[in-house]
Amino acid sequence: MNSSSWPLWEVFVRARRGVSHVHAGTVHAPDAELALQNARDLFTRRSEGVSLWVVRSSDITASDPADRDALFDPADDKTFRHPTDFELPDEVANM
Amino acid sequence: MVDALLTYTLRNGDRALVLAQRLLEVVTHAPEIEEDLAVSNLALDLIGQARALYTYAGEIEGPTPDGTIRDEDHYAYWRDQHEFVNPLLVELPNGDFAHVITRQFLHDAFALPYWQAMVTSTDATLSAIAGKAVKETAYHLRHSQSWVIRLGDGTDESHGRAQAAVDGLWRYTGELFETDEVESDLVAAGIAADPTAIRDRWREIVAATFAEATLATPDDGPMQSGGRTGRHSESFSFLLGELQVLARAHPGASW
Repeated sequence: MNSSSWPLWEVFVRARRGVSHVHAGTVHAPDAELALQNARDLFTRRSEGVSLWVVRSSDITASDPADRDALFDPADDKTFRHPTDFELPDEVANM
Repeated sequence: MVDALLTYTLRNGDRALVLAQRLLEVVTHAPEIEEDLAVSNLALDLIGQARALYTYAGEIEGPTPDGTIRDEDHYAYWRDQHEFVNPLLVELPNGDFAHVITRQFLHDAFALPYWQAMVTSTDATLSAIAGKAVKETAYHLRHSQSWVIRLGDGTDESHGRAQAAVDGLWRYTGELFETDEVESDLVAAGIAADPTAIRDRWREIVAATFAEATLATPDDGPMQSGGRTGRHSESFSFLLGELQVLARAHPGASW
């Protein structure tokens, strides 16, 4: 069996209750259940997590780096999208 | 009763240590690096179980003539072949991956109900060791069972290899459930788990798994035994040699 025969899986780990799953890395595995087991052995052996997700890497649709200007640059000059762009009225005591 | 408890504790410690040693031979030879890691994790859990049991064996045995208590290293490194009392199943030389994982499954399907039963042992130390081992072993069984199902219900090639492994290993499963005078008194005292009840649970797990794996369960023919009374297979001396050479070449070495 060679390495190309097992698909790649993206692994997401939730560190503790209340926080999101965060991308941790990848594992090879023949199917989803064994991908979870391999991810458990690789990414949670030192109590790093309370929950695991795996998803086939081929099922991830990624943005193209060449589209960076079109996708992300227009946000730079729209400061009104940030809460710091607005002055807080004095009447609002706690915010 | 003290002798029986010592032998009983060593049987379980040796079962864990010897299986771990066989698993560690697989590391860097598994089909994928992920499986190398899984196998070494199983082995490290088993070594942890062996350490706890060996430490307890030292307490049971009490001070030696020179006044010291034997530690876990004594039992692992300084006993000879006939003093090891593991069942033969766990010392069998590794074959292909199907053989390694099927041996693991047949062991784990015993070990999980065994440790579950030992949680209620009247021996407080064995009960505590069981409490930790149950969680580890539940994962071991999940992993080896997953693989047996995938190999059995996989390709013609993997099915054939898995079935050959089952057929070859079956005659070594009976020893796991043997009861001799060492164990019968301990079972009566509530210290040891009753092998009969564990055998029923083992059969259920094996039957359900083989059904899903499309593997045939062999008939119970004559069973091999001897390991638990110190009579081992030829290959066991090589396993022990590798396990013990460093400690014996450099007594007292630490790193």
